[in-house]
Amino acid sequence: MAAGVLDRANVDAVLNDLDEYAVEEGLRIVEANSPTKEAGEGSGHSITLISMGPERATEAIRKALSMGADDAILISDMALAGSDALATSLVLAEVIKKGNYDLVLCGTESTDARMSVVPAMIAQRLAWAQLTFAGKVKVDLAASSVEIERVTEFGNQVMSAKFPAVLSVIEKINEPRYPSFKGIMAAKKKTITTISLADTGVAASSVGSSAAWSAVKDALPRPARGAGVKFTDDGHGGEKLVEFLVEKRLA
Amino acid sequence: MSTVIFLVDHAGGKVAKATGELATFAKTIGESVAIVFAANPAEIVSQLNTFSVDKVITATGDWDKNGAAAIADGLSQIIAAKKPNALLITSSANGKEIAGRVAVITNSGIITDAIGVDKELITTQSVFGGSTTVHSVVTTGTPIITLRANSIEPVATTSTPPVEEFAVTLSEAAKLATITSATPVVKGGRPDLTEAAIVVSGGRGTSGDFKPVEALADALGAAVGASRAATDAGWYPHSHQVGQTGKTVSPQLYVAAGISGAIQHRAGMQTSKMIVAINKDPEAPILELADFAVVGDLFNVLPQATAQIIARKG
Ligand SMILES: Cc1cc2nc3c(=O)[nH]c(=O)nc-3n(C[C@H](O)[C@H](O)[C@H](O)COP(=O)(O)OP(=O)(O)OC[C@H]3O[C@@H](n4cnc5c(N)ncnc54)[C@H](O)[C@@H]3O)c2cc1C
Repeated sequence: MAAGVLDRANVDAVLNDLDEYAVEEGLRIVEANSPTKEAGEGSGHSITLISMGPERATEAIRKALSMGADDAILISDMALAGSDALATSLVLAEVIKKGNYDLVLCGTESTDARMSVVPAMIAQRLAWAQLTFAGKVKVDLAASSVEIERVTEFGNQVMSAKFPAVLSVIEKINEPRYPSFKGIMAAKKKTITTISLADTGVAASSVGSSAAWSAVKDALPRPARGAGVKFTDDGHGGEKLVEFLVEKRLA
Repeated sequence: MSTVIFLVDHAGGKVAKATGELATFAKTIGESVAIVFAANPAEIVSQLNTFSVDKVITATGDWDKNGAAAIADGLSQIIAAKKPNALLITSSANGKEIAGRVAVITNSGIITDAIGVDKELITTQSVFGGSTTVHSVVTTGTPIITLRANSIEPVATTSTPPVEEFAVTLSEAAKLATITSATPVVKGGRPDLTEAAIVVSGGRGTSGDFKPVEALADALGAAVGASRAATDAGWYPHSHQVGQTGKTVSPQLYVAAGISGAIQHRAGMQTSKMIVAINKDPEAPILELADFAVVGDLFNVLPQATAQIIARKG
């Protein structure tokens, strides 16, 4: 089995908070299904990190490698700057297609972009099953199938599918491990393959800010909220608060 | 005239309140067409007659079986056949995933988490923790726009729109994932956090005691939210976390009790119409945001306010 873990590297090149959960979940899936109970060589499985971002994202990738992932692909190209979710999903899907993965794990929402739609878009592009917002993941290797518990504001659903599938995991699915000293040393020898946009086969005209299918007309600082009323509690704070709510017809 | 279709969000046979907002937005743009995916559409359609709806398209089927992939497939077929000028969907986790897939299938641009859309289909979004307002347009394909709940006051009307059934033929790729069981959220009598008109949230200042927060919420008919400090400590379920890594809420009124107002928290509540804060610290950043603030101890202020509200109601 092979899993790809996706990270749209964020600006600080700190491994994206949420995607650490995806890396950890990938490791746990491997460990639960490995005779050595350890990820890495000898486990019979491999985890590849796939990241789209600037060269400095390698620092974040090293951290995930030291957690136990096997190798990494970094898609780095000036032309990718400003790519929207559609372009991002297009590039990632092309790279995933070229690998031989059974599962792709993503974080639910990158902390730098509020577009949580990328995993769904990748699933659509690859025509793979979409199992997203997982709070629990169970892999059945013999059956080549995966079952998740999807956690959303409207309740939980159990969903299942055959490989290959695109998963996203929610924050709190697990407690990501800290890299061990051994892991950090081992990571130094692991391969990070940097590829350019041309290597992915996606045309430069389909990515970057100029290819975005939506355009920003203007971005204005929000007018400061009018200075509010500040009341220092003198024993009547609660009453004053209700007076305000009543005046605003909120209570 | 423009035609705008919108996805009717429903669960357990009940139409979500935010769907009325989509109808209102659609109507301000042009002809408003509701799309209903349901096993028993009649039950859903009958609830639409208080919304601004000119026409209803139903697709009967077992839509609870394959999730977002199937609905996205169906919507894309409706778009191909009806060629609307835009598609509006509520900005929930599910709604955004459906929107993303439709954008891929129909080769269309997408804008998520908008808080408004005008006649020219120019959207308004609030970004960077609410500090910046962005206006955007989709430039390719059929604009796919997801709108946050509580963005607009739904216009109540009475309508008996004509209903048309649309036959969807699901592709194999839309059936790859199967939903085998579902547990709806136990409502606990309180409104849904992302849909509530009023949210009362507690933070580290509660020291783990959410009772005063819940009591005020119940007096106001509000949902209960929490800061990450409170959810991380296990004082309140993670599903109630408001902020960058939690829910984004945009209610008429947001009450923050014992919450300092970190940027990550503000990201989830800054577009609230009215913000009230209760904090011991006169320098707490949340006070800068507040329309009304009480500098004081929440354990005094909240119970007094709760008692006062209950007394007023008689
Ligand atoms: C990547 C990342 C993502 C994050 N995502 C989120 C998120 O989604 N949501 C979120 O909330 N945070 C998030 N955070 C955490 C955020 O930075 C803050 O740490 C958190 O919001 C603080 O919670 P708080 O305001 O309850 O606690 P504190 O900052 O400790 O504030 C407690 C406040 O309570 C006041 N207080 C204490 N006692 C009383 C009393 N008796 N009466 C009245 N007031 C009192 C204090 O004066 C203080 O202002 C995130 C952080 C990171 C790094």
